[in-house]
Amino acid sequence: MIRWDWIGDNLGVIGGSVVDHLVLTILAIVIGLVISFVAALVIRRRRILRGPITATFGVLYTIPSLALFAFLVPFTGLTLVTAEIGLISYTLLILTRNILAGLEGIPAEVREAADGMGYTGPQRLMGVELPLALPVIMTGMRVATVTIVGLVMVTAVIGEGGLGQLMLRGFNRQFPTMIYVGFVLTIVLALVLDLILVAIQRLLTPWSRRAAA
Amino acid sequence: MDGITGALGWLTDPAHWQGPNGIPTRLVEHVELSALAIVVALAIAIPVAFYTGHTGRGGALAINVAGLGRAIPSYALLIVLFPLLGFGLITPLVALVLLSIPPILANTHVGLRGVDREVVEAARAMGMRESQVLTRVELPAALPVMMAGIRTASVAAVATATLAALIAGGGLGRFIVDGFALQDQAMLVSGAILVAVLAVVTERGFTFAERRLVSPGIRLAAGAEGAETAPTELARPEPVA
Repeated sequence: MIRWDWIGDNLGVIGGSVVDHLVLTILAIVIGLVISFVAALVIRRRRILRGPITATFGVLYTIPSLALFAFLVPFTGLTLVTAEIGLISYTLLILTRNILAGLEGIPAEVREAADGMGYTGPQRLMGVELPLALPVIMTGMRVATVTIVGLVMVTAVIGEGGLGQLMLRGFNRQFPTMIYVGFVLTIVLALVLDLILVAIQRLLTPWSRRAAA
Repeated sequence: MDGITGALGWLTDPAHWQGPNGIPTRLVEHVELSALAIVVALAIAIPVAFYTGHTGRGGALAINVAGLGRAIPSYALLIVLFPLLGFGLITPLVALVLLSIPPILANTHVGLRGVDREVVEAARAMGMRESQVLTRVELPAALPVMMAGIRTASVAAVATATLAALIAGGGLGRFIVDGFALQDQAMLVSGAILVAVLAVVTERGFTFAERRLVSPGIRLAAGAEGAETAPTELARPEPVA
């Protein structure tokens, strides 16, 4: 059922697909995080913008990925840009929502204590609020990353796709081995990235580990 | 803007509104596949979740199944089932059912478990049978969370039914996949618009149904704690540590 010799002969192709998949995913998550962070800060400044911004991100999240990529092609072509615009747009709702939830979950006394100690606005954000919001933000990062690993596959239709490309070629050639390799590696990739994010969270929030012990 | 005007021309061409490759036929195929998958998924997930949610037994299993479902991408599932199940309706249907079960199962379970234990005890003390406790007390209270799960599953089913065109299936995804293959941008963008509209209509429709079905008293209580974050919050993976 599985042609192991094909796998042995094509480790370079398979490895290349994994790297492509990883690059597409990380690029989308990093840019999505920056945009979501700005959006969350804007919402905290101007409460009235919360509705419109989350509604926009919500609609983007609802549009099926294949349709979103298809819609972008006349504007940005069969390019990496098209793939990334689509992928980033799916991270925005999850990340913005969790950044906001994390910041809003901080007790008012903590903020007042920071103000009382003479922290300026940016100092309070970077030194007090962000560290405390980190667990909720990291949960959002994990959900977004697993989602994006799956959606990257769909970009195979516009010539990207990493492991999705491998699976689609396997389908077109009626060659199941390529399909199974793509499937297994995608799930492994999602799990590994999830574990890495958990490890990063533990490194960044040593106090929560101490509290749990 | 070329793509948009081209699509408008394509969408308003009467020739595209008839025949086996017309918009109505493809729309019906799309809705049929998605709806069938949701009905099958409901028939499987709801009894299981009623049991785990009402008794509290096997809850970890329900949550883990849901977590697993999140980790498997729809595109990957659809294509990996193909060598096993072949062409035809069965491959996309099985994929859609497998993807629809987790959100319905998890949200129904979590919704039922979230019902105030004192309310459940009061219902028992009033002499309700277990089946009455479930259908008259727990179910109405769990309905907002449960409906959110069904909505999530339905929107995902519409999205995945689009991908079915990649493995020679029907539905509105056909216009997108054929549009790519024929390099016909008007057809491509038209397909994208149709699919997007169907997804948004599905989402809005279920949100509307939720408002109508959920009892006003419960809606009020749910609104107070910010129901907006509920669906994704529930579906998020459990921290490993």
